[in-house]
Amino acid sequence: MISSLLSEDLPRSRIVAFTLILLLMAMLAAPVAIGGLTIMSVFVKIAIFVVLVGSFDLLLGYTGMISFAHTMYFGIGAYGTGIALKSMGASWEAIAIGFLAGAFLSFVIAVAVGLFSMRTKTIFFAMITLAVANAFAVLVNQFYTITGGHDGLIFQIPRVLKPAFVIIPRDVFGVPINGTTLSYYAILLICGLLFLLMLRIVNSPFGRVLQAIRENELRAEALGFNVLRHRVVVSCIAAVLACVAGALNALWLRFVGPEVTLDLQVMLDVLLIVVIGGMGTLYGAIIGAGVFVFAETYLQGAIAYIAPMIAEVPVVSVVIHPDRWVFWLGILFVVSVYYFPEGIVGRLRNRAAELANIKK
Amino acid sequence: MNKQGTSETVISIGSTTSLLKRDWLPIVIVIAAALIALVFVGSPSIWLTLTLAGLAMGMMVFIVASGLTLVFGLMDVLNFGHGAFVTVGAYLAYAVLTMMTGLTVADNLVLNVLALIAVVIVAAVGAGFLGWIFERIIVRRVYGDHLKQILITMGGMIVIEQVVMMIWGSQEQLIQLPTSLRGAFVMGDAVVEKYRLLVVVFGSVLFLAMYFSLSHTRIGLLIRAGVEDAEMIQALGYRIRRLFVGLFVVGSGLAGFGGVMWVFYRGTLTADIGGELMILAFIVIIMGGLGSITGCFISAILVSVVANYVAFLVPEMAMTSTIILLVAVISWRPRGLFPLTKR
Repeated sequence: MISSLLSEDLPRSRIVAFTLILLLMAMLAAPVAIGGLTIMSVFVKIAIFVVLVGSFDLLLGYTGMISFAHTMYFGIGAYGTGIALKSMGASWEAIAIGFLAGAFLSFVIAVAVGLFSMRTKTIFFAMITLAVANAFAVLVNQFYTITGGHDGLIFQIPRVLKPAFVIIPRDVFGVPINGTTLSYYAILLICGLLFLLMLRIVNSPFGRVLQAIRENELRAEALGFNVLRHRVVVSCIAAVLACVAGALNALWLRFVGPEVTLDLQVMLDVLLIVVIGGMGTLYGAIIGAGVFVFAETYLQGAIAYIAPMIAEVPVVSVVIHPDRWVFWLGILFVVSVYYFPEGIVGRLRNRAAELANIKK
Repeated sequence: MNKQGTSETVISIGSTTSLLKRDWLPIVIVIAAALIALVFVGSPSIWLTLTLAGLAMGMMVFIVASGLTLVFGLMDVLNFGHGAFVTVGAYLAYAVLTMMTGLTVADNLVLNVLALIAVVIVAAVGAGFLGWIFERIIVRRVYGDHLKQILITMGGMIVIEQVVMMIWGSQEQLIQLPTSLRGAFVMGDAVVEKYRLLVVVFGSVLFLAMYFSLSHTRIGLLIRAGVEDAEMIQALGYRIRRLFVGLFVVGSGLAGFGGVMWVFYRGTLTADIGGELMILAFIVIIMGGLGSITGCFISAILVSVVANYVAFLVPEMAMTSTIILLVAVISWRPRGLFPLTKR
């Protein structure tokens, strides 16, 4: 049953499987066992990043194309939902209309960009998506009356999803079970289903063709597959999935702004997670997102804690500084592309396969 | 698509024999765009100011993009980190300028221009040297793999930008032009900024120099031949690798040069200053045709001038207009305005 849920694409490494189960259990238990908004926010961020990064991996790891517009679709989902909730009030219809409008826009842009850039030369896709994402970010900033510009938008969500909606009062479990808990589980459920859907996609005949295109474009073409059409279709799927992730992110934060959606920094985070986790393995998205979000939350705190102690040391104090977080990410990124291109999951899978061979 | 037309342009750009055979259409389009804009803008003096600003912007984009397009055309290496050299050039300019205030504060055109040239040389050499290291450490290992190239050069750019922040701080810095280059003079009722004029002169001189060294020198011949068919050049016994490293260093140096021009134009500098120019540079490379200096020049001017007119007429549409322009040009000539390669 589990095997068919996972589309018969199992983790294929005991360590990966164990970590995944641990993470899943922790996610499910956290609101009741630990409680508090911090830990829930960490897990929600992981779940949303799994969808965002996984859908990006459909492009990068499975089809071999780099899009720099992925966070734009993430942003479109977030802004669509946010703007609708702001202008129509906190209702379910607003969420539905905002999200659907966002998804439609993402779809249209993905088709247009895909058809246009891949008709000429595949490598142009990276450059053109970068330009389009930039143009979109500029537009969002310029239409600040609608989007809130640099400051972003704060909006209300339906009452059922808010902390004021108490389901089980604090004195039963020691932690309150309220609307926030509800939206936590709802987001987890949606992200989990989307992850299974992505597994389904990459293990379908369509997904196999994508991998064939990645390995050898000419041969795939020669076998009679329409390479252009497959590329455009997968970029549309990825765009809409990113759009869903964006809408969920907006609902959880009750805020949408350029820094959490459209900034190049978010795109770099996504790239780093894909590379660390392992390109071309969807499980890598989970492991990578887990490692990244935990590191971001706790390691960054640790650096901020250490920083004052070493403030006297000349060079070290500049390098180990809370503001230099991105520097370390960059180093980590370059090093992992060189020495670790298969990522954590790829490495563990290879090791498991070797061990199995030795046993034989 | 239009095979006939493009093969014709290959011949006409490849050889410098006949001026009549050359493809004048893209240049006509630039002029037509400027004239149409004149009708919409209305006032000739505003139009002149806009055109000059657009030209200056175009020159800066050209300076940055020219190295990139040659590197890409010759070795099929796409450097997404090119913007880092722009940033480094800009910061080197800032550092040098604060060191020689004596030359820049004096209200003497000769001294000021000398100071500016010194700044440009330091920035270009510094960025070129960094480019040499970048090629050795970062780019060399990922030849032939576009995916990794994009990832790794992007990562390299982040690291360089962060190191720049460590050295010069992450807050915005102000930078001022040498005294006599500031300000503008008035022609009729049009305001012509001196510095913009200077940038246009610099850019045009660079274009002519590159054009003639590509068409009249032996190295230029090898580069052009390499862009068209690198394997053949190697088979004939030339070390294309050395040529390529040289080109990469020159390209990085040019990016540093562009960075100097750009930072004086903006007046402020931050570590992500290179990124803004890079997006335009990418568009220009695609639009101009890979490895084509002429295409790069013409499309840089076209993009910047049109963006400037649109920014005046409908401010919200400036960046979008650039993308629409790209779509239009590529639909017309799928391999760019002046395609050189068959790839």
